[in-house]
Amino acid sequence: MRLEARASLSPAMAIAAPFMAVALTLAVAALFVAWAGAPVGRTYALIFEGGFGSRFAWSETLTRATPLMLTGLAAAIAFRAHLYNIGAEGQLYAGALAAVAVGGLHGGAGFDLPAPVLFAAMMAAAALAGAVLMALPAFAKTRFGVDEVVTTLLLNFIVLLFVSMMLDGPMKDPTAMGWPQSVALKEELELPKLVERTRVHAGLLIAVALAALAWAVLRLTTFGFEVRAVGANARAARFAGVPVTRTLVVVALASGAVAGLAGAIEVAGRAGYLTLDMSPGYGYTGIVIAMLAGLHPLGVVAAAIFVAGVLVGADSMSRAVAVPTYIADVIVAFALLAMLVATLSARFRLRWR
Amino acid sequence: MTDPVLRLSGITKRFGTLVANDGITIDLARGEILALLGENGAGKSTLVSILFGHYVADEGAIEAFGRPLPPGDPAAALAAGIGMVHQHSTLADNLSVLDNVMLGTEPLWRPLSRRREGRARLLDTARRFGLSLDPDARVARLSVGERQRVEIAKALYRDARVLILDEPTAVLAPQESEALFATLRGLVAGGLSVIFISHKLDEVVRVSDRIAVLRHGKLVATLPARGASKASLAEAMVGRPVPPPVAKPHARGDTVCVIDRVVVQGERDAERLHGVSLALRAGEISAIAGVSGNGQAALIDLLCGLRGADMGTVTLGGRTMPADPQAWIVAGAARIPGDRRDVGTIGDLPVWENAIAERYRRPFASGGIVRRHAARAFARSLVDRYDVRGGGIDAPARTLSGGNMQKLIVGRALSGGSGHADRYVPTLIVANQPTWGLDAGSLAWVHQQILDACARGAAVLLVSEDLDEILALADRVAVMHAGRLSQARPASAWTLAELGLAMAGEGARDAA
Amino acid sequence: MLDALAAMLGNADFWAAVLRIATPLIFGTLGVLLCERAGVLNLGIEGIMVAGAFTGWLAVHAGAGLWTGVLVAAATGAAFGLLHGVLTVPLALSQHVSGLGITMFASSVAYYAYRVSFPNVTTPPTIVPFAEMRGLGLPILAGQTSLTLLALALVPLIAWILMRTPLGLAIRMVGENPAAAEGQGLDVVAVRVGAVVAGSALMGVGGAFLTLSAFNAFFFNMVNGRGWICVALVVFAGWRPGKALAGALLFAFFDAMQLRLQQADAGAVPYQAWLMLPYVLSILALVAVARRATYPQALMKPWRKGER
Repeated sequence: MRLEARASLSPAMAIAAPFMAVALTLAVAALFVAWAGAPVGRTYALIFEGGFGSRFAWSETLTRATPLMLTGLAAAIAFRAHLYNIGAEGQLYAGALAAVAVGGLHGGAGFDLPAPVLFAAMMAAAALAGAVLMALPAFAKTRFGVDEVVTTLLLNFIVLLFVSMMLDGPMKDPTAMGWPQSVALKEELELPKLVERTRVHAGLLIAVALAALAWAVLRLTTFGFEVRAVGANARAARFAGVPVTRTLVVVALASGAVAGLAGAIEVAGRAGYLTLDMSPGYGYTGIVIAMLAGLHPLGVVAAAIFVAGVLVGADSMSRAVAVPTYIADVIVAFALLAMLVATLSARFRLRWR
Repeated sequence: MTDPVLRLSGITKRFGTLVANDGITIDLARGEILALLGENGAGKSTLVSILFGHYVADEGAIEAFGRPLPPGDPAAALAAGIGMVHQHSTLADNLSVLDNVMLGTEPLWRPLSRRREGRARLLDTARRFGLSLDPDARVARLSVGERQRVEIAKALYRDARVLILDEPTAVLAPQESEALFATLRGLVAGGLSVIFISHKLDEVVRVSDRIAVLRHGKLVATLPARGASKASLAEAMVGRPVPPPVAKPHARGDTVCVIDRVVVQGERDAERLHGVSLALRAGEISAIAGVSGNGQAALIDLLCGLRGADMGTVTLGGRTMPADPQAWIVAGAARIPGDRRDVGTIGDLPVWENAIAERYRRPFASGGIVRRHAARAFARSLVDRYDVRGGGIDAPARTLSGGNMQKLIVGRALSGGSGHADRYVPTLIVANQPTWGLDAGSLAWVHQQILDACARGAAVLLVSEDLDEILALADRVAVMHAGRLSQARPASAWTLAELGLAMAGEGARDAA
Repeated sequence: MLDALAAMLGNADFWAAVLRIATPLIFGTLGVLLCERAGVLNLGIEGIMVAGAFTGWLAVHAGAGLWTGVLVAAATGAAFGLLHGVLTVPLALSQHVSGLGITMFASSVAYYAYRVSFPNVTTPPTIVPFAEMRGLGLPILAGQTSLTLLALALVPLIAWILMRTPLGLAIRMVGENPAAAEGQGLDVVAVRVGAVVAGSALMGVGGAFLTLSAFNAFFFNMVNGRGWICVALVVFAGWRPGKALAGALLFAFFDAMQLRLQQADAGAVPYQAWLMLPYVLSILALVAVARRATYPQALMKPWRKGER
């Protein structure tokens, strides 16, 4: 068995690849569903219905997709520069914590600002927190050659412990009866709902706007060229005069900032306060979304909606049939592997000899 | 004539639409040195890669010692007594010579490697064939010539009866090549058969018994080496007369680039410079000859802005230059790197972005936004003017052939981002192995471009391992050895023997 | 505080705890080392440990012997290793992304299977884990299980295989220069995939130690970053088995110490700060050795036959 490079890229295969990956994933997940003893067709129908079958389903899916778009975007822009930021989970929590620190503690800390200013400060603080968290791995990589994967992964654990420490200590909500929950944001700082009587909030618009911005920057600007050049071949980029280290650092900070914003938007758009179980792995799922999207910022929006639909649909499905909600994680994880293989088919063909 | 040791019949190999080998049938006799002659891209390496099992032929069969050789299996080739010395070193730097030699010679599941026996056997093999080597040396410390001896020992250790050498002299100084030829003659006297790949006419005629000429994947001639005329071989190889590049008469100008007592402390020997000085004048081609790995890489990196000098200075147009590629580009340095696939181009980006890669900030952007229209128009004119053939300006650069990739790089460097390439004159051209691996047509084209730019007033620094290239182009020649540079002398003042001695480090003392 | 520290270091129980904490890390680190020596980064370790912890425990819960459970965990690891190996070696996909995908896939499959097998439990079902060994003479071995001895025995064994046998030379060569290995008649794909499968089996056993020896049940998030720490430890160890053991012990030493100090200081410092310590140390260790680390030269470089 060997791979043979196609003489030219096959555009048909490039477009067909994600669909092939999804089809393969659904086929494999069907085996898992059957193993649980549930009817496959009905289970899938329930997942689809729960994710996309009604106005309510759509509103839940879009609500869930909002942080996923942002973490997916964080992964996509970093991966474009061949920078493996796996720390979006930690950056998201750091951003959420910073948001609560600015928007929740304001009264006690004594800076009473008008709401729009405070809102901007809150978002800036969240972005900054995420960026700062990414600065260390970026520095270790560019200065000492430390692989960023392990450092960003380990930082996730450190940040979660730090958040836990803050929720037990200075940022604990005194009225929460011992539950580790942060003080709540000032009410004016919460994001407005987009649709009455649903949870869809204005964070969705911010996420889509950021995706469009990222797309425009990557495609149209010199910085976008630098990012793509460094990601494709750092040696050649440096030869051509691209400031490789600076590009990597800026991308790292931007990626961390977007993941930090995800945390702030989740806090401001959903509960209004921070708990330790706020994110069911949004940071890690963002990596899958970025890959499913082929690292394309606009593709991230679509992939996030798809993945969110599966997650939301699986939740509602498991209330009806005896299939654990973890089927959604199985689907998402397998989709990543299937997508990887499917992208190969655009560039290579398999020869059996 | 005895039965042939190898018989290749009807070997055909296609890569996409390219037919790399087209129905090649050839025998190898016992005790014979067969030269495979052909220019770059003629299919020589492909043929021996098929023979050794790296590739699988689309058609055809191979017999070794009367038995069919299973395709695509190097282990089978080794078992059949075929040894191969690859064009690029296939040794692991971090392991010892003995490790490299013994790999794969023992059953994998043996609980203890028999290193003592292996060492004795290696030393014995080395003694019998007159190869001096140290089994315990780490490969990273060896010179190019020593590595090649290890590669040959690797094959002989396994009792190879057929030895294939792919362009073995490409990286050797003339004297080292002579030593290699002596070794090869000893081997065939002992009953081995040798296939020797080269594109150098002289050595092929001198060393081999029989010459097979390949052109565009076809075997076009097989003839005894004795009495073969170089002219006819050259014509068989190229298929058409290629006019030699012509330098237009022009005047020498001022000194534009001065390298003054530069010291570079690289991590490896190959990346060190010990006080190198050189002045480059407008309208003059200065060439650096030498065996690769003697510091040329450091000098090239210095003049491409990829690294700075630890001591000493480099000035271009009177300004001291920093270690910043962008500064060199802006100051008018046209840089042609030695590695076109990994350094010269960004394979996954389209041709048009590669065309402006060195000038993406100026003139092809304003206010941080790439001027897409202008950039694409420039790329289109570049592709037309320099005849870059391939899938157009939107195809990934990776899909270009080596020759077209080099045309893109040379065109990008020499046009300076200007649509009026005739009027643009680079201050300095830094060309590292600019024709490595190119066919005769592309090679002549690159030479002509360099000569023309020089005639318009550019200073040129040419680094090459190919003495033919240096003697064809250079006005002045200096030789690099062990991080030191000999004095630059007019090309006509060097004899080939002197050059060879200097490359081997012998002549450096009087010149320094 | 210093008194507490001195008392702790003089206490055999403390050192026994160090060894206990180190055991899964030793398995995991040796597993990563085997993969990386062959040139393949395996970020699947975190999920493979989860899957090994689950299947090993499940087998024992279903009535199999403890050692059968260990074998099942190894086989689970090997299976995911085979998947990672096929994706990254013959298919030459990104080792980073494939490894992360394996981690997500293996852990979600384990959690899914746990929920399918035990749909309605609230407290995790338990098994009878490996018994503590007695009468081995050394005080620090008292209270250990035979899996710890296995881990300790594997260190010289793997060092021997890597440095003294033809197989080990083959593994090192495909991690240093696969083209050279092919030129010597080795099947690069087979050696690389084989090393990844074997290394992943060890990771699976490392996970099983958690459910069959350290605890007696399967919990969510029980691996908790141990896999990533193993990846860091291998860099710290310079890809040498002996140093990997030393690194695992050193890490376990700090982990055991923070547990004791956490109890000793009685809440003066938040417990989370102590828990962070091992992760912080891992990052610092990575930065400290990064400059002098000599990576296997072909690590993370995909290799395609005939592409030289």
